[in-house]
Amino acid sequence: MRIYCIALLILLSQQACAEVFEKTLSNGLHVIVKEDHRAPVLVQQIWYKTGSMDESAGKTGVAHALEHMMFKGTHLVPAGEFSRRIAAAGGRENAFTSSDYTAYFQQLDKRQLPLAMKLESDRMHGLNLTQVEFAKEIKVVMEERRMRTDDEPRALLQERMMGDIYLEHPYHHPVIGWMTDLEQLSVKDVRNWYQQWYTPDNATLIIAGDVKADEVFKLAQHFYGAIPKRVLPARRVYTEPAQLGIRRMVVKAPAELPFLVMSYHAPNLLNPQQDWKPYALEMLAGVLSGNDAARLNKHLVRDQQIASSADAGYDSTSRGPAVFSLEAVPGKGKTVAEAETALRGEIAILIKDGVSEQELKRVKAQVLAGEVYKLDSVFYQAMQIGQMESIGLGYKAIPLMLAKLQAVTADQVRQVAEEYLQDDNLTVGVLDPQPLSGKVVHETGDSSHVR
Amino acid sequence: MCVKKVLFSLLLCSVSGFVIATPQIQHWQSASGAQVLFVEDHDIAMLDVAVSVPAGSSFDTLDKSGLAGMTQAMLSLGSEGLSEDLVSTGMADMGAQLSGGVDQDRASVSLRTLSTEREQALSLLARVLQHPAFSADILNREKTRLIASLKEAQTQPEFIAARALNQAVYGAHPYALQPSGDIASVATLTVQDLNNFYHTHYNARRAVVALMGDVTRIQAEAIAQQLTGELPVSAETLLLPEVQMNIKASEQRIPHPASQSHILIGVPGVSRTDPDYFPLYVGNYVLGGGGFVSRLMNEVREKRGLAYTVYSYFMPLKQPGAFQIGLQTKKEQADQALLLVRKTLANFVANGPDEHELHAAKQNIIGGFPLRIDSNRKILEYLSVIGFYDLPLTYLDDFTDRINKVTVAQIRDAFARHIHPEAMATVIVGAPLESTAGAENK
Repeated sequence: MRIYCIALLILLSQQACAEVFEKTLSNGLHVIVKEDHRAPVLVQQIWYKTGSMDESAGKTGVAHALEHMMFKGTHLVPAGEFSRRIAAAGGRENAFTSSDYTAYFQQLDKRQLPLAMKLESDRMHGLNLTQVEFAKEIKVVMEERRMRTDDEPRALLQERMMGDIYLEHPYHHPVIGWMTDLEQLSVKDVRNWYQQWYTPDNATLIIAGDVKADEVFKLAQHFYGAIPKRVLPARRVYTEPAQLGIRRMVVKAPAELPFLVMSYHAPNLLNPQQDWKPYALEMLAGVLSGNDAARLNKHLVRDQQIASSADAGYDSTSRGPAVFSLEAVPGKGKTVAEAETALRGEIAILIKDGVSEQELKRVKAQVLAGEVYKLDSVFYQAMQIGQMESIGLGYKAIPLMLAKLQAVTADQVRQVAEEYLQDDNLTVGVLDPQPLSGKVVHETGDSSHVR
Repeated sequence: MCVKKVLFSLLLCSVSGFVIATPQIQHWQSASGAQVLFVEDHDIAMLDVAVSVPAGSSFDTLDKSGLAGMTQAMLSLGSEGLSEDLVSTGMADMGAQLSGGVDQDRASVSLRTLSTEREQALSLLARVLQHPAFSADILNREKTRLIASLKEAQTQPEFIAARALNQAVYGAHPYALQPSGDIASVATLTVQDLNNFYHTHYNARRAVVALMGDVTRIQAEAIAQQLTGELPVSAETLLLPEVQMNIKASEQRIPHPASQSHILIGVPGVSRTDPDYFPLYVGNYVLGGGGFVSRLMNEVREKRGLAYTVYSYFMPLKQPGAFQIGLQTKKEQADQALLLVRKTLANFVANGPDEHELHAAKQNIIGGFPLRIDSNRKILEYLSVIGFYDLPLTYLDDFTDRINKVTVAQIRDAFARHIHPEAMATVIVGAPLESTAGAENK
């Protein structure tokens, strides 16, 4: 099994590298091409290495608000036209903003790359930000916030917990922004943001699919090559002050079930070659909840029925610091305190007795299989490249990370659990469910009066 | 006017003027009686397989609502001689992914596996599908978990709205039943219920096996038989009652402390095999299916900033599935948004799209066709749907042509027959209590 795994790994890394080509234009735009000829389609993604963590207090949400405004017209392409032209070419498109980056994408028939590049390069430097469009769009953003956070009790808990986990680091603030900041944001703020960060040397362009790299580079030069680079603002580096003891917090919101989250400060991956702890933490999350018979689900949900769900999560790939999180919904007749005790019990047993070779092998098998399955999605492969470039690790680290994950030992998993899953690193968040009255108080069989 | 017409026909030619390679679908009936649809593709060393049976929530009864969903969920929680943990670890050890689900019509179980682990993974799947061991202890545990999550869901405006709308649209028809069931009905489910449901509905002769990936035809034949040869066989044909198409107008306002109102408008729509399906599908792209460029999105979001999303869709099922419009907006402006949506719908149904809009819709649907079949996962789903709903094997080959032939007149005609804006069900959860829409209208 082990020999087979390594052989597969080498095969995969060769495959992965053989089909990726890159070039940096003279204006600093990094162009990466992933050829995949299985279907006559392509995806264009442009990733700006700027997200909500580059915002300052009082101006939260500006990165995401600009993302919305990027569809509101340039000096050459009127508002709404970007979407109409992509739609007319049979395309699908959207964008997303995270704490670490902001990205835009289109999926199209392979013949439509010039159109996609023409539109995307145009809005890299020619955005026409108007008060009229901004006034409408910021209302859309507020509706998005209400929908995703304000009316979603568990999302609200996560938002408020981030504020407690990070005192100084800008991960303290939500990506979508605080409502009071959204109310204060102006078109000028959004324009400043655009002028500061939307420049070719702060971006990675990824084209994946049924394309030829040399042709893509020519087109990229044609459409993006003449956009001047600008001096980027200095990026503030934050060091979160050391936590001095356990933090606890409660969010009350309309819900039925309580929800418990335990988040521990943990390192993110900085040096893919030398670091080992982030890989061990990834494996730890897999051992705890990587499949339905992994420890948390088997012990707490299936056997002891203390929880109706229980999960562990950790993501090593981010620009800023990471957290290792445990989550549980208490089972019927069980309290949040009992769920917390049970989660702590699982960690204590793991630290005391370690993990078995079999458990570890199982997680590794899932990781390896996932590498094969990901070949079925060109979009996902491009996403992975874009994310790795944007957080500073680079896509070339992908096969190395895969090899490092396979090399994690059982003792390393135990060691990171012992080192990081400690109370002084811990923030405990609890959703305290509040009643709501949901009775139908007004019903008519005839709505004609409404019209 | 004439010039415009000529221009359009030229443009339309360019929409359809080229052919996209579609997957070569092989089809046969297995000795078990199951229909098999297979696409052979060796690009990636993996196999996707899905087995579907007509065992969705429309086969539930009101007092046992949730039975279909629970039966499907319990399949992977233990087989004869194999504990639930051994099923989970067995799949995980191979890196195989077991998934599935239940909608109104269909229950399905799917597997994604590496070619190197294929035989072992399939033999595990074969046991899960054909030799379930419904344990009373595990059923009790899962009932408790499901009831807890239903209680949670009943506090969420989107769930409250969806349930109320389904009931208003379908009344006593089983399409009104939630696949997840209700708290009271789930509490009554027994092992005997699950066994009965399984033996009645997981019928080899009505099963559809879809296979996509790295196996040969001979291997695929053996796999299809391996996965269905030991399914129960029953001769009875199960017929659903007819959907009552003409519903009465209704409006429910359900209070909720959320900051937004969740608005749903619905009516029974169209079945999978209805000849009106394509005109309605293309027309709906213009109305509310076309993402950022639809009329609803343009009126509600782009022009007025009233919502983050607004959409409409037809859910094509064996019998007419719902036509539904949905949006969320700040409470204070809910009536304004509702009025606008109703006006947009009424205008669309009365007048249909214009030629420009129809052309844009065709450009997107036809031009985007390659994106519908660009991965094994998407092709697998098409195979399941084609098999399950008895669509022609040339469905994908004919798709762009069917879209291209749709006319403005057909869309107007199909909408006029299927959608009556004055007789639809409306649900507003988190509503302002008194409707002010009528007043604003004046």
